[in-house]
Amino acid sequence: MARILVFTRFARFAHWTQALLVIALMVTGFEINGAFSLLGYERAAEWHDVLAWSLMGLWALAIIWSLITGDWKQYLPTTRKLMAMVRYYTYGIFHADVPHPYRRTAQARHNPLQRLAYMLFHALITPTLWATGLLYMFYNDWPKVGLDVLTLSGVALVHTAAAFAMLLFFIIHVYLAFTGTPVTAFLKAMITGYEDI
Amino acid sequence: MSRQRGSAAKFDRGLMRLRLNLIRRGSLWAVTLVAVLWAGYAAATTGDPVRRGPEWTPTADHTKFRVLEGPFSSGPEVTRACLRCHTEAAKQLQATTHWTWSFDNPITGQTLGKRNIINNFCVSIETNWPRCTSCHIGFGWSDNSFDHRSEDSVDCLVCHDNTGTYVKDPLGAGHPPYRDTEFPPGSGNIIQAPDLIDVARYIGMPTRRNCGACHFNGGEADGAKHGDLDSSLIKPDRSLDVHMDAAGLNFVCSTCHTTQGHAVTGSRYMTKAVDTVGIDVPGHTDRTRTSCESCHGPTPHATRHKLDDHTDKVACQTCHIPEIARGSRKTLTWWDWSAAGQRDTDGQPFTRTDDDGYVIYDSHRGEFRWQGNLVPEYHWFDGRIRYTLIGEAIDESKIVPINTFGGGYDEPRSRIWPFKVMRGRQPYDKVHKTLLLPHTVGDDYASYFRNMDWTSAIEVAMAHAGLPFSGEIGFVETAYFWPSTHMVAPKEDALACNDCHSRNGRLAGVPGFYMPGRDSFEGLQWTGWTLVILTLVVSVAHIAARIGAARQRS
Repeated sequence: MARILVFTRFARFAHWTQALLVIALMVTGFEINGAFSLLGYERAAEWHDVLAWSLMGLWALAIIWSLITGDWKQYLPTTRKLMAMVRYYTYGIFHADVPHPYRRTAQARHNPLQRLAYMLFHALITPTLWATGLLYMFYNDWPKVGLDVLTLSGVALVHTAAAFAMLLFFIIHVYLAFTGTPVTAFLKAMITGYEDI
Repeated sequence: MSRQRGSAAKFDRGLMRLRLNLIRRGSLWAVTLVAVLWAGYAAATTGDPVRRGPEWTPTADHTKFRVLEGPFSSGPEVTRACLRCHTEAAKQLQATTHWTWSFDNPITGQTLGKRNIINNFCVSIETNWPRCTSCHIGFGWSDNSFDHRSEDSVDCLVCHDNTGTYVKDPLGAGHPPYRDTEFPPGSGNIIQAPDLIDVARYIGMPTRRNCGACHFNGGEADGAKHGDLDSSLIKPDRSLDVHMDAAGLNFVCSTCHTTQGHAVTGSRYMTKAVDTVGIDVPGHTDRTRTSCESCHGPTPHATRHKLDDHTDKVACQTCHIPEIARGSRKTLTWWDWSAAGQRDTDGQPFTRTDDDGYVIYDSHRGEFRWQGNLVPEYHWFDGRIRYTLIGEAIDESKIVPINTFGGGYDEPRSRIWPFKVMRGRQPYDKVHKTLLLPHTVGDDYASYFRNMDWTSAIEVAMAHAGLPFSGEIGFVETAYFWPSTHMVAPKEDALACNDCHSRNGRLAGVPGFYMPGRDSFEGLQWTGWTLVILTLVVSVAHIAARIGAARQRS
């Protein structure tokens, strides 16, 4: 057994900040969408704006950090052991004698399913939310840049759909965080940075 | 060693001095900052006195004019005295809607004005002149033969009286009462005859009370007609009208309804739904301030830019007039003529009032409903109002609109506006499918107020107007839309985001656009939440299976 640093200090900071911002964005966003009433539309909308800008700032930092450290390679998808992971979650996890098929290293901390999911998160869900969210914010300036062919309802529809995708990602992600051995192993690694391998 | 210690002590002293300096300077800065902030706060909260200066300083003292010493036996005699100096005044006034009661709408081509339209209050002027024309800006319009060219017939005093004592006789066709008069007859309510000499000597620019003498009392009672105009505007506080606030800006009507040669700007017949000219300064003006934009510009929300993002679709009035009839008076919302005609056990006509003293039934007029703090109805509005004119065919199976208007999301000159909607039931011709004119005012056999017989009352009025009448009378529900623009609330009382951006908010029924907070996508909503629940169920099942497997092992 070896104790290795899986998540660097910045990775942990970015992860938890993003987690908090995304949760808050979902709460305020689904309130704006009318799912429940907590802050009232006005405050929900104001906070949603502030949170969105904060998250975009965080993303800017994370992208720079990722490029400089080469961490972006962690997210390149692969099919190696992909089916093994699927089999593990649907079968092996219920049997103590079946080991986790993926052994993580500091250089490759994500299993193939994670790589796929995070790729989806980074390349599809979040950019869609950014794009439609920014369009939403600058709705009044559409005519100035020739975007008035769009409709607010169309933009809102895509934004809401992407928000649902985010919520689904969130639920699955949080659940799978508790599939280590012991169950809190992954969570502990995400907090301390270290994992015993 | 000692040198070192000496220099260290020096350094310490220097540091100490620096600290003291910093503290001293810091506190100086802090004191200055507090003083500046306080001064700014004080200036912002107490307001500068300059704006309270008089709007108008006269260059003539009318008490010094021999011609105004009288005696005057009638209104026209006073006018003759006025016109001795103000030679063009009557001619100017006679060119205005205040005098002609006729208005040609260049957009719709319709001829409107009080003498031409039909409404769902007192219905029509035809044959009812003396009562209606008690609010005409002239003397003696008692029937169709009134000479609209007579300069002496212009009433200068009704607008320029600054004593507050000049009144018109409610049945006097525009004349003031020349002796003390009881009105309504038999009520014990005495209207004092004004002292014409006194009034003539103390004239000035029109006050809120002058305009209000007629405009507050339309529909036969204080506040009845407009809803956003009533006697509480004579001396309003800030919360009722932020501009007219007697202790603050103290605007009069003509501060916004600017005039030129007695022509007053701003007409409901041709409402300016949006003013794209913006702030009016010399060289950049449409010579009127009868729009919010003419002083505030199109994007006036200095610190809250999101609000400015609304002004291309939402009229200022929509947020800044949160309710109609916010003063001390309620406004009329329902007048059902079909309920008129009841008599009490003695066979006499009667009236019934509610606990607040508002008439809710009158044998001569029918049933009334009143409302204070009325939440407006909201509609897209482009300012193009079309009236259902006398003689025009109606569809009695629906609510008949007294007026209609255009507007929609995709029309750049449209805004969402607040409306007072006056509803009621009024007579129509079941054969000809037209709204009918009743003869109501008068002491003659046909007057409805006297004999309460619809057939003769309508026969006389229709014959007078030269219109066909089949004799078949029905009652149809009508609706009259009044864009609301007065009684502007201070900003802290304006509507907030949540008032409209919610499921059943103020704009729930306004069509043509997607509004965040109000609208959502049924299909997406359903699919989204179903997937969320499914995912949760699968996760829980997965946990259960893991726990089950672990138990089996142990």
